[in-house]
Amino acid sequence: MAYFPYLVAAWILACGLYGLATNRDLIHQIICLIVVQSSTYVMLLAAGYVTGGIAPYFSDVPGTPKAVDPVVQALALTDVVVEAAVTALLASFAIQAHKRFGTLDPQDLAEFKG
Amino acid sequence: MTPAQRRAIFLIAMAGLAAFVIWGISGLPGFGRYPGPYGPAILKVAEGQTNATGIVSAVNFEYRGIDTVGEEFILFTAVVGMTVVLRKLRGEPERPAIEEARERAQPAGGAGVRAAALAFTGPTALIGWWLATHAQTGPSGGFQGGVVLATAFLLVYLGGEFLTFQRLSPVDMTDAAEAIGAGGFAAVGVTALVLGLPYMDNYLPLGKAPGAVSSSGTIALISFLVGIGVAAAFIQIAGELLEQTMLVREGGG
Amino acid sequence: MMTQAMQVVILVLVALGATLVVMVRGRVRQVVALSAYGIGLAVLFFTVQAPDVTLSELVVGAVALPLILLLTIARVRWRR
Repeated sequence: MAYFPYLVAAWILACGLYGLATNRDLIHQIICLIVVQSSTYVMLLAAGYVTGGIAPYFSDVPGTPKAVDPVVQALALTDVVVEAAVTALLASFAIQAHKRFGTLDPQDLAEFKG
Repeated sequence: MTPAQRRAIFLIAMAGLAAFVIWGISGLPGFGRYPGPYGPAILKVAEGQTNATGIVSAVNFEYRGIDTVGEEFILFTAVVGMTVVLRKLRGEPERPAIEEARERAQPAGGAGVRAAALAFTGPTALIGWWLATHAQTGPSGGFQGGVVLATAFLLVYLGGEFLTFQRLSPVDMTDAAEAIGAGGFAAVGVTALVLGLPYMDNYLPLGKAPGAVSSSGTIALISFLVGIGVAAAFIQIAGELLEQTMLVREGGG
Repeated sequence: MMTQAMQVVILVLVALGATLVVMVRGRVRQVVALSAYGIGLAVLFFTVQAPDVTLSELVVGAVALPLILLLTIARVRWRR
């Protein structure tokens, strides 16, 4: 149990990488990239957890009881929103590739050089 | 290279990576035994120094403000890049939205979907606004508030009113709003420099009660600007993609 | 004790969800699987005492990302 969340994060990373490497559709690859990014969120939040700690908000709790780490939560928070924008940029690249070459297969796209 | 060969090579490389990852994991303290000095140190001093009870937002916009400026500009650059990539190419005629709406038999969804989507627009906008302006009091903040606010605009499109969506969010306005959000954030930091303080120091009055809406100085202001910037970014993303899907017709290129 | 049991269950569900997202064939089905995976992740973040990240992941993973991906799929379907 002590290392279970980290192993789950590693498993998600492995799944995402497998999907990225053995695939024939650009949109599928974008989705696998999203899965790879989500493994980092799981790893971050699991690293900052304190057993028995509360969420780091003290507006209704007197004093400062034991709380989980707020820094990793801040990092993961901005990460989640920025990932969506980068995915949109990748999707626009896929649209342009389809417009120019008519195919979304990375194997065929690799042959168009220059 | 056949798929089977590709899979074999991948599995070999994956085994090597997995060995390294597991070696690294075994060096971490267990789950729930976070020892580090940084987290508890911030928790002890944050409420006294900034009069904010939402510690995550305080970390985001004050203690780690530089990182958040970087992320905000990643967002900005991604949207600008998308607009440039999806610009109107030579030979691609674009029909005005009025013609498109007249031709398609709207609405595509049933009456129930329309009613639900349009009924939820108001509450969603209110919740997004509340989240963006209350960063210092609870689990709120600019980023979440901005995304929820953008969802309110998208619900208008989902209710079948594409024309209204286009009219509510013209490209000039969303461009300006996004620039205000990202540029405003950087400007708050630079103003601190002008006043003779370190970059992005908290120079606005801190307020009396910890956790009140008017307390915590620049944190509230920055969170509001970030909320506007993020909302405009997502509305623009959706607008660009919708334009591509519904208005642009196949031409040359 | 309850919290720990919940965390273990959700972690197993998330691992299963990731496997499903990668294995599913067909574009639209994958987007639906991604949406469910996002909701599972949001519940996981909630059990680790992170309500902020839960909010963000719910909106982004279940609304914004599937919208972007579905619009892209609709756009590339024309010439096929």
